[in-house]
Amino acid sequence: MLEIDWFLGISAIMFSIGIIGVLIRRNAVVIFMCVELMLNAVNLTLVSFSSFHGNIDGQIFVFFALAVAAAEAVVGLAIIIAIFRNNLTVDVTEINLLRW
Amino acid sequence: MDYLGDLQAFLPGIITAVAGLAVITIEALKSGHKSAYWVTSFSLIVALFFGIQSLGTPLQEAFSGMLVHGGIAAFGNVIILLGTLFCVFLSNDYLEGIDHNYNEVYGMILFATSGMICLAGANDLISLFLGLETMSICLYVMAGLIKNEKQGAEGALKYFLLGAFSTGFLLYGAALLYGATGTTSIPGIGAAASSDLLFLAGAALLLIGFLFKVSAVPFHMWTPDVYQATPTTLTAYMATASKAATFMAMILVLSRALPSVEGLDWQAVLSVVAIITMIFGNIIALVQDNIKRMLAYSSIAHAGYALVGLSAATPEGYSAVAFYLFAYTIMNVGAFGVVAYYERNKGLDFSDVNNLAGLGFKKPMMGVMMSLFLFSLAGIPPFVGFVGKYYVFAAAINANMVPLAIVGVLASAASVYYYLRVMVYLYFREAHKETEMIDASFLYKGALVILALLTVYYGIEPILPFGGLMELITGF
Repeated sequence: MLEIDWFLGISAIMFSIGIIGVLIRRNAVVIFMCVELMLNAVNLTLVSFSSFHGNIDGQIFVFFALAVAAAEAVVGLAIIIAIFRNNLTVDVTEINLLRW
Repeated sequence: MDYLGDLQAFLPGIITAVAGLAVITIEALKSGHKSAYWVTSFSLIVALFFGIQSLGTPLQEAFSGMLVHGGIAAFGNVIILLGTLFCVFLSNDYLEGIDHNYNEVYGMILFATSGMICLAGANDLISLFLGLETMSICLYVMAGLIKNEKQGAEGALKYFLLGAFSTGFLLYGAALLYGATGTTSIPGIGAAASSDLLFLAGAALLLIGFLFKVSAVPFHMWTPDVYQATPTTLTAYMATASKAATFMAMILVLSRALPSVEGLDWQAVLSVVAIITMIFGNIIALVQDNIKRMLAYSSIAHAGYALVGLSAATPEGYSAVAFYLFAYTIMNVGAFGVVAYYERNKGLDFSDVNNLAGLGFKKPMMGVMMSLFLFSLAGIPPFVGFVGKYYVFAAAINANMVPLAIVGVLASAASVYYYLRVMVYLYFREAHKETEMIDASFLYKGALVILALLTVYYGIEPILPFGGLMELITGF
């Protein structure tokens, strides 16, 4: 039986990779994938805490988080497609009409 | 379990959600049919009626402790529904004018509203997260309404990416709080609060997520871009109702889940954030030529004023924030409504303040209304904005946070410059050339007049013998 620290550690690492990815990548689709990575890291945290505490709340939370992530993906990919149709690129450094 | 009673207490949220489904169904059966708009307005009026009815009832848990109703949550519902209702009235004409009057917009508004009601009455991290996301996802769609133009799509992309990013923080914070306490219930977390690292990290991440949504500095970068790119009346909805709902949830979380724990001095954190938010928002707003961007920075500054009340962390502070949100909602919807009217005219880009020259005399009624809302936003008596600011700063002073109140008053004095600048253009500049101004419809004017009357009425209400909105809120 592994300690809970391992699970928390790996989810913290996944979350950090997600943050770094959002901050340094330029492709909107990859940024979105990194956001999904962050959300799934949180799901891992929730599930491991749920088994650690021996109550079900965390796992229920995971179901809601998954459903929300799916809904977000629908809207997000649609927005990225709209961006691509207008700019013929999804490079976020080239999408810079609005500033200040 | 009294589920029927719970359902009855949540009628506003249920009505808006069901009406949203009805609107989507109408659109599927008869595309572009006008009845969707009427269903929306009617259901919001009914929901507002039930919301007002539950004012003054004590704060109670419902649905096995997932949500709360009555008390400050009921007042939050009223603010949200009031803001939504007026935005819908204004949106119909405005979206018609820019040829984007899709029925789906009303469906999205209704779904977002039911999400906000869930958020403003959240008693559990799960319902908080669910409400927040229901609201946010619908707002992303609205931000991208003008998807054929580069600007509109860009605003939506920025809003979406940053919003989803902040959701990650909020969710991680919620997960860590759950890990530290073993429960997702907000009062349960408050009861099991400890000062171990897990709890502190969770609280900090949760606060970051919230500050992102209310666009406090340094998490404000998305606000001006999104507000500029979104159709103006929907910007009004984003700026008022969604902020009100998020602040209401913050009140519930801060007051019940994060009591004073050793090592967790969120009052100090929030007061620092409030100070930089007020200063930064007001300073950048000074140099904006685009009136929507100016209002966006002003809305950042207003989030700062509301944070002043939150960092006081007294019941007085919380009720001051609630009143402030009410004031902010009515005057800001009004200001955006007038801007939307100007913008609808073809020929010039009327969101540029230079092009507003001389319009105050050309359309006297709109000019007077714009001035009234801007005076109120600047916090000049006898308008509601002044009363709201008075309450939050008074709460800060009573909580021994005098420097915070001083910075707030100075920042709000600086803000007078950019609000008055718009009026200078409206009244003291010659019009560039003959521009044809269209007439606003009766309903549009009526909605603005009602907002203006509310702005004036609640500005003088505290000194009236029969007034007492603040007493009502404080009684919660």
